[in-house]
Amino acid sequence: MQRIGVFVCHCGTNIAATVDVKAVAEALRHEPGVVISQDYQYMCSESGQNLIKEAVKEHSLTGIVVCSCSPRMHENTFRKAAAAAGLNPYLVEIANIREQCSWIHKEIATATEKAIILGRAAVAKVHLNAPLTAGESPVVKRALVIGGGIAGIQTALDIAEAGFEVDIVEKEPTIGGKMAQIDKTFPTLDCAACILTPKMVECAQNDKITIHSFSEIADVKGFVGNFTVTIKKKARFVDETKCTGCGLCTEKCPMKKVPNEFNMGLDNRTAVYIPFAQAVPKVAAIDPNYCLMLKNGKCGVCSKVCSVGAIDYKQTDKFVEEKYGAIVVATGFNPIKIDKYEEFAYNQSPDVVTSLELERLMNAAGPNGGTLLRPSDKTHPHTIVFVQCVGSRCDDEKGKPYCSKICCMYTAKHAMLIREKYPDTEVYVFYIDVRTPGKNFDEFYRRAVEQYGVHYIKGMVGKVTPKSDGKLDVQASDLLANEQLHINADMVVLAAAIEPDKSARPLATMLTTQMDTNDFFTEAHPKLRPVESATAGIFLSGACQGPKDIPETVAQASAAAAKAIGLLCKNSITCNPCVASSDELMCNGCSSCEKVCPYGAITYIDKEFRMPDKTTRIRRVASVNPAVCQGCGACTVACPSGAMDLSGFSNSQIMAEVDAICK
Amino acid sequence: MQEAMIKRAKELLADGTVDRVMGWKKGEFFYDHTPAVFTTAQELDDSFVCDDFTSANLSKYLIKETIKDGKILAFLKPCDTYSFNQLVKEYRIDREKVYVIGIPGGPKLDVEKIKSKGITGILNVRNENYTLKIETLYGISEMPFYEAISVKCESCKSKKHVVYDELIGEDGEVLDSNRFDMVEKLENMTSQERYDFWRSELSKCIRCNACRTVCPACTCEKCVFENPDSGIENKAAADSFEENMFHIIRAFHVAGRCTDCGECSRVCPENIPLHLLNRKFIKDINDLYGTYQAGENTTDKAPLNDYKMDDCEASIVHERGAE
Repeated sequence: MQRIGVFVCHCGTNIAATVDVKAVAEALRHEPGVVISQDYQYMCSESGQNLIKEAVKEHSLTGIVVCSCSPRMHENTFRKAAAAAGLNPYLVEIANIREQCSWIHKEIATATEKAIILGRAAVAKVHLNAPLTAGESPVVKRALVIGGGIAGIQTALDIAEAGFEVDIVEKEPTIGGKMAQIDKTFPTLDCAACILTPKMVECAQNDKITIHSFSEIADVKGFVGNFTVTIKKKARFVDETKCTGCGLCTEKCPMKKVPNEFNMGLDNRTAVYIPFAQAVPKVAAIDPNYCLMLKNGKCGVCSKVCSVGAIDYKQTDKFVEEKYGAIVVATGFNPIKIDKYEEFAYNQSPDVVTSLELERLMNAAGPNGGTLLRPSDKTHPHTIVFVQCVGSRCDDEKGKPYCSKICCMYTAKHAMLIREKYPDTEVYVFYIDVRTPGKNFDEFYRRAVEQYGVHYIKGMVGKVTPKSDGKLDVQASDLLANEQLHINADMVVLAAAIEPDKSARPLATMLTTQMDTNDFFTEAHPKLRPVESATAGIFLSGACQGPKDIPETVAQASAAAAKAIGLLCKNSITCNPCVASSDELMCNGCSSCEKVCPYGAITYIDKEFRMPDKTTRIRRVASVNPAVCQGCGACTVACPSGAMDLSGFSNSQIMAEVDAICK
Repeated sequence: MQEAMIKRAKELLADGTVDRVMGWKKGEFFYDHTPAVFTTAQELDDSFVCDDFTSANLSKYLIKETIKDGKILAFLKPCDTYSFNQLVKEYRIDREKVYVIGIPGGPKLDVEKIKSKGITGILNVRNENYTLKIETLYGISEMPFYEAISVKCESCKSKKHVVYDELIGEDGEVLDSNRFDMVEKLENMTSQERYDFWRSELSKCIRCNACRTVCPACTCEKCVFENPDSGIENKAAADSFEENMFHIIRAFHVAGRCTDCGECSRVCPENIPLHLLNRKFIKDINDLYGTYQAGENTTDKAPLNDYKMDDCEASIVHERGAE
């Protein structure tokens, strides 16, 4: 006979304001098996927990239902309280009457009715709960950082600093990411390369850090503490171990007309190339789309000039398998493509550029050696118009609904730098709002306006028209003066919205972690667990989680590292005892479960069975490795015969819940 | 055809390639042939049959036959080879223990369709240039051949054998069938019309379980409807709703594995068009995950057992279901 205790939490007014908690406790008192049902202000408080502990002893409870917040908040609290009172912690069930009830309903009557139903379902389920014992599994003391921008670099350095091995997987031939392309950084205006490259070099020199450049993640298996990752090392046609980065091949390569992605396609590079002077690793790569040898089999100049024989035209993609205890995602961002914004004439005039292109135009290692010249005729621009929020805070499908966060600040930076270097240049900035929260940020923006005389105009640019004299007619509205403006500009700079890197979505699927509708990774809790994903052992670093500037990215990168280190410090972690198992007598051996298992936990064995007619028969049946199973339940729904079941969430428990809800 | 099959079966029995032969044997009437296993040349001569009424799919019988020792010869029509492959893929049939001879498919005839024309006392049926000459106790009746073909042959999906060791007759092609026409018609109904359609069909069910017994995808060691732990075990129908649920649950269970062989509708004594439930799933899977034919081979991952980057999101599936 079950003896079930029900505890209904008020959560202050969080629940009690919309749910009649007394009525819930009273209704559930009459459910089968319930011997005590009471409500309390804060069940998670010390005294609330004591209430549970005392009830377990006094009423010899065999099961507990707590009607409170999401199990993700306090399931562990109540399990521990039960364990302290001598009850198996897995005999506790949570009915979520806060997130799934009181917070989403307005009327007390409806919310109360629903809370009772949810409680009833939990009581029905707890009737079928079985005591479970958690095992332990070891932690591989090595971390993987996906993405080698400033976020990935900082995370890797911090993890290595703590004494753990860490691998960086970067899809480009060099680490450095977007920060390497940036000229100066706000709000201090120091040179981005000057502060980034020492960190890149540190990564290369640190013997705890392995850099897999020009590589991608091909597959992820396993679970927290024990991931098996397949890394695809893309063919770069240069032997990394031999190349010294002397650059002779890049000088001699006859194919010189390849758009240089590092300079945003504003100039050209050769088919064999090193992205930039401070690249790490400083190893050349051959672009197979342009290399004459790889395309036509005729050339081979680089191979002839290479004194160490590093060129290898026969190189193919290689796959390496590594084991990791923790994974940090740092896949970063990209500016959106702004081709759709025809009103800004981006495709019509080379003098309409994006902000990242402007960074390269102003950079000493850029196409003009650091002198700002119009891309069209290489003349000095006298009037420059900046357009803010191109694709940010945008309602239509062309853009993004969110604020890209960094544009106000970098535009102030650009405006200031231009006015500083070229005082004869007039700078206009069209904005919706200027958003500058952050340490020394508003001061920075005010300096641009007050000290540098940048013309900030509240209003949007309606149309940019290239004119026959090479100038750009910028038609805009000044909302404060309530007038239409025409500015005769030499250049227009568009602050394109930023979006997560395209590699993020397939990666999220491989990692079984969540993304929001904009493809930013979702954190486990927006306030309290901002650098962890909802999947254990997967951490988030940098702009892959949301738009961020450099200081914020670095802070978050270190936070993610701290979380990863916290995991790697442990020798073993407690396993989830809610794992699947197969009823061999019912298993058909069809392999459906094996095919859907994301963890590779299911294998098939040939087993001898005694048949009812006393003969023996060898049958193929599924066998679950409980150490690998993560209890996702995919197999239980894939199994056509219902032979697969999940401890703690058995088919019968779920049916009992459904029955209780539909009663 | 029948003679060629018997001849080849005898040869294979004689040279020891196979120990048994899976085919059809004559029944009490000329039209009620049933699947049977033959072990001697004599048995083959006596009762082996293959004609317009041998429509039963033999693949499912091979599950039990391949548990036994020795090798069995099976004559499979094109549609049956799909079921065979699917069962091999699910490790239900040991491919090594079967020698498959592909034979031409239908259209096969359904005697009930002849009877429904008011023709009784049927003694024999001959197909003369697609007109059926029906010999009855009361004389000769006639009807067009295509009006008497089995439901499962009405929209044949393929004349191609997807697996065989040898062929008797020619292999055909995968056909561009009209098998989803009726499903589309049902989809275009209002939900009330559709509900009414299925209520009127499914309420005829007498729960004889023939559909489940014949279905090559229904091969569980223990059926959920017989498993007390499942909560849906076989019980007296408390209300008519239970009967509806039986067929819907069964359709869900075979979704992604059903090859559309049509046996369920062929054997239904109440002529419920059960295959339409399965075809709805097949059509949806094709629409949502790309065209997929269960049993086409033994290697493809079934869409419902596979995750791809470009799989449609659950929300899209949900929206499709909304009116």
